[in-house]
Amino acid sequence: MARRAAAAARLLRRLGPLAAEPPTRGMPHTQYEFANHTMNSCRRFHWIPSLQCPPCGPRTNAETYEGQRSANKASEVQKRTFGSAATHIQRNPAYSELNSDDVSYFKTILGNNGVVQDEDRIAVANVDWMGKYRGASQLLLLPKSTVEVSKILSYCNTRRLAVVPQGGNTGLVGGSVPVYDEVIISLAGMDKIISFDNVNGILTCEAGCVLENLSTFVEKEGFIMPLDLGAKGSCHIGGNISTNAGGLRFIRYGSLHGNVLGLEVVLADGTVLDMLTTLRKDNTGYDLKHLFIGSEGSLGVVTKISVLTPAKLPSTNVAFLSCNDYTSCQKLLLAARRNLGEILSAFEFMDHNCIDLAMRHLEGVQNPLPASQSKFYVLIETTGSDESYDKTKLEAFLLSSMENGLVADGVIAQDISQASNFWRIREGISEASVKVGAVYKYDLSIPVEKLYDIVEEMRCRLGNNAEVLGYGHLGDGNLHLNILSSKYDDNTLAQIEPFVYEWTSAQRGSISAEHGLGLMKAEKIHYSKAPEAVQLMASIKKLLDSNSILNPYKVLPQSVL
Amino acid sequence: MKILVAVKRVVDYAVKVRVRPDRTGIETANVKMSMNPFCEIAVEEALRLREAGAAAEVVAATIGPAHSADTLRTALAMGADRAVHVLHDPDPVRPLLPLAVAKILRAVALQEKPGLVILGKQAIDDDCNQTGQMLAGLLQWPQGTFASKVLLDKEKQKATVEREVDGGIETICLDLPAVITTDLRLNQPRYATLPNIMKAKSKVIKKVTPEELNVDIRSDMEVIEVNEPPKRKAGIILSSVDELLDKLKNEARVL
Repeated sequence: MARRAAAAARLLRRLGPLAAEPPTRGMPHTQYEFANHTMNSCRRFHWIPSLQCPPCGPRTNAETYEGQRSANKASEVQKRTFGSAATHIQRNPAYSELNSDDVSYFKTILGNNGVVQDEDRIAVANVDWMGKYRGASQLLLLPKSTVEVSKILSYCNTRRLAVVPQGGNTGLVGGSVPVYDEVIISLAGMDKIISFDNVNGILTCEAGCVLENLSTFVEKEGFIMPLDLGAKGSCHIGGNISTNAGGLRFIRYGSLHGNVLGLEVVLADGTVLDMLTTLRKDNTGYDLKHLFIGSEGSLGVVTKISVLTPAKLPSTNVAFLSCNDYTSCQKLLLAARRNLGEILSAFEFMDHNCIDLAMRHLEGVQNPLPASQSKFYVLIETTGSDESYDKTKLEAFLLSSMENGLVADGVIAQDISQASNFWRIREGISEASVKVGAVYKYDLSIPVEKLYDIVEEMRCRLGNNAEVLGYGHLGDGNLHLNILSSKYDDNTLAQIEPFVYEWTSAQRGSISAEHGLGLMKAEKIHYSKAPEAVQLMASIKKLLDSNSILNPYKVLPQSVL
Repeated sequence: MKILVAVKRVVDYAVKVRVRPDRTGIETANVKMSMNPFCEIAVEEALRLREAGAAAEVVAATIGPAHSADTLRTALAMGADRAVHVLHDPDPVRPLLPLAVAKILRAVALQEKPGLVILGKQAIDDDCNQTGQMLAGLLQWPQGTFASKVLLDKEKQKATVEREVDGGIETICLDLPAVITTDLRLNQPRYATLPNIMKAKSKVIKKVTPEELNVDIRSDMEVIEVNEPPKRKAGIILSSVDELLDKLKNEARVL
C-alpha cells in the first residue's frame, strides 16, 4: 500500500511518466485524479509496469487543424498534408474498384471475422493517429497466417486491387493509412511469438506483435528489444521493420539493419519469400532482407521476423545537464563517447525553447534545473552491469565536464522516478508541441557540427511568426525540427519549404532520418537521393510489384513509376 | 539547532518486487535500490528548515550494510551536512524490527542531541509505520506524525505541525525537542545537483555499530517464509447484458 501511495505521491509531485498501477482501495481519494495523468504519458523504463498507451500524445489535437473539417468530407479524399507542401495526387485509374465478389472471395479465405466492413472499425484504420492523413478504404482484412496473406495478395494482384499493409498505425508520415480506397491488410491478427533462443537471445515472432509485448516477453528471459520508442504500446514489430524505426536505443544497439537476422515476406504476387534464418553470419548471395527493412511496405508484406536481442543490464543512470552553447554540447558528446564508452546508452539534446514549452504544456513536470539560464540541455543515460561502477564513472565524467566548462549545471537521478522525470521532459516535447496549435515537424539527419544551424536559420526566417524548436538524438546526428504557430497557413509553410529540404540537401543530410517518407515526403526523395538511385529504386519496385498494388502513392515519386 | 533525519535504503518503488526462489525473502540482487520516498521528503524538509534559518545543521542517519552508505551519499548530495552510518548486516530470518530501529535511533539522538528528529512516516518495504512513534515514546518527546506542514518557532522552541487525518487537517503544537514523521504532501524533494554531489564527496560519514551504541537489537520474531500474494484471476468478456445479470445473480450472487 505505501509503495503504491508513494508512487502516487511522486506523480503528485512531479507527475512523472510513470504508468503506475491504477489506484486501488486504501489509496487516499485525493490522489485518484493524479493517476489519470499517467494514461497519456509514454515512458520508457522497461522495469515500470505499464498500461497500454497510445503513441505519445493526445489524439484530440486534430481539431485544431483547420483542414481537418474538409478532410472529413467523404467527397474530398485527398487532403493536404501537415508540414509538407500539398501533394495533389490523383487516384491511379489502373486500379480496380472493390466489388461484392471481391468481398465474398476474401470471406472464403479469411472467414467472416477476418473481413471487416463495419464503418466504425474501418474509420479507425483509415486515419493515422495524429488525424493528419485520412483515406477512404471500405475494407479491412485481418489475416491470421502467412498463407492467408499470400492468398490475399495473389488475388489482389490478379484483380489489380491496391492494398495498404498496416501495423499499429503509429507512423508520422502517412505511410500506414490508405490514400484512396486501398484495401487495408492489418497484421494485428498475426501476433504470436514463435520461438525464443535464450542462449543467443534470438526472438522469432509474427509481424503483428506489439513491441511492448515483445519487450515484456524477452525481459522475463533476461533480454531487451534492440529498439524502444514512445509508441511501443501500440506499434507492431512488422511496422518497425518496414519503416526501419530508430528510437531511443539506436546509439547503443544500432539500426534494425544490424539487429534483424531474418524475415519472411510475402511479395505482391503472393510469393512467400522465406528468409527467416537466425544466423548471425550468412554471406550467401545478396542479402535481400535489407530491401524490406525500411521500404515501408512498398515491396512486400513482412509476416515473420527473427531479431537479435541484447542482454538486459541491471544498472541505469540518467543525468540531466545544461550547456551554455551548442559547441559545448558537441564536445560533451565526444567526451561522453570517450569516457563513458561502453555504458553510454542515450545522448539526447534539446534547446531551452523545448524546456520552456514542456514546462508550459506538460502537467506536473518540474524543471530539474530551474535556476539555469542555459540555452541547451542534454540528457545522458548510461546502462551497464555494475551499479556502483557505472555511477562512479558517470559522476566522475560529469564532474570533470563541469570543471572544464562543458557542462554549466546538472542533476543526476537518484532513483527511477527521477530518471523517468528527466525522460518525460525529453519524450514529452512532441506531445507538448501539438498543444500550441499548428506544428510543422521535420526529422532530419545532419552532420552533428551543423545540426543546430538550421534551427537558427529558421528562427531568422520566421521571426515572430512562429516558434522554432530543436531537439533530438544528438548521438545519432538526428534533429527533430519543430515549428510551432497558432494555425496552419500557406505563408508560413512557404517560408519553411522547400528551404528546409534544400538546406538539408546542401549539407548532404537526410530529409527523413527515422520517420520514413510515406505520403508526406514521397515526392521529396530527390533532396536526399541521387536521380540514379531513385531510378534504381523504381526498377526494384517494378520488378517486385509490377502492378504497383503495394502501398501506392508512397515512398517513391509518382513520376518515376 | 540540529536536525537529525533518519533515512532507509529500500528497493526502488518503481521496481516490481519479486520473491526469491528459496522464499527466504525478496530478491535484492541486481535490483535498483533507492532512498525510501518518505525519507526523501524528510531530508527535504530538514534542508528547508535549515535554509529558512530555523536550524543550523542537518545530520542524516541510516542503519544497514555497507551499501547503505549510498543512501547517505544521496542525502548528503541533496544538502545534508554530515551523516551517521550504523552498520548492520541484515539477516533475512531475523530482520531489524521497528523497535530495534527506534532504539538505535534513540542512541544516535542521545549522542547528537538534535532539537528535532524527522523520519518518513513509513518505509515502502515493510510498511510498518511504527518507528517514529516508538522513537518518540523511547525519548519521551512529543510527536507530530503524518505531517503535511511544519513551522518552527526558534524563539519559543516550538513546532507547529499540520497532520493529515481522516476528517481533514489537524494542527498541533509541539515543544522541542520533538519527533516528526512526514506524509506525502509535505514537500517536493529536490534533485541532487552536480555541485552538491561534488561537495558531498568530502562530507563525513561516521560509522558506528549497534554494540558501540550499547543497543540490544535481538529480535523475537523469525521470518519463516515469504510468498507472493495469489495472482488475480483473468476476467472474462461477456457478450450481453443478460449474461452479465445472470452471472451477477447466479455466480457472484450479488443481486
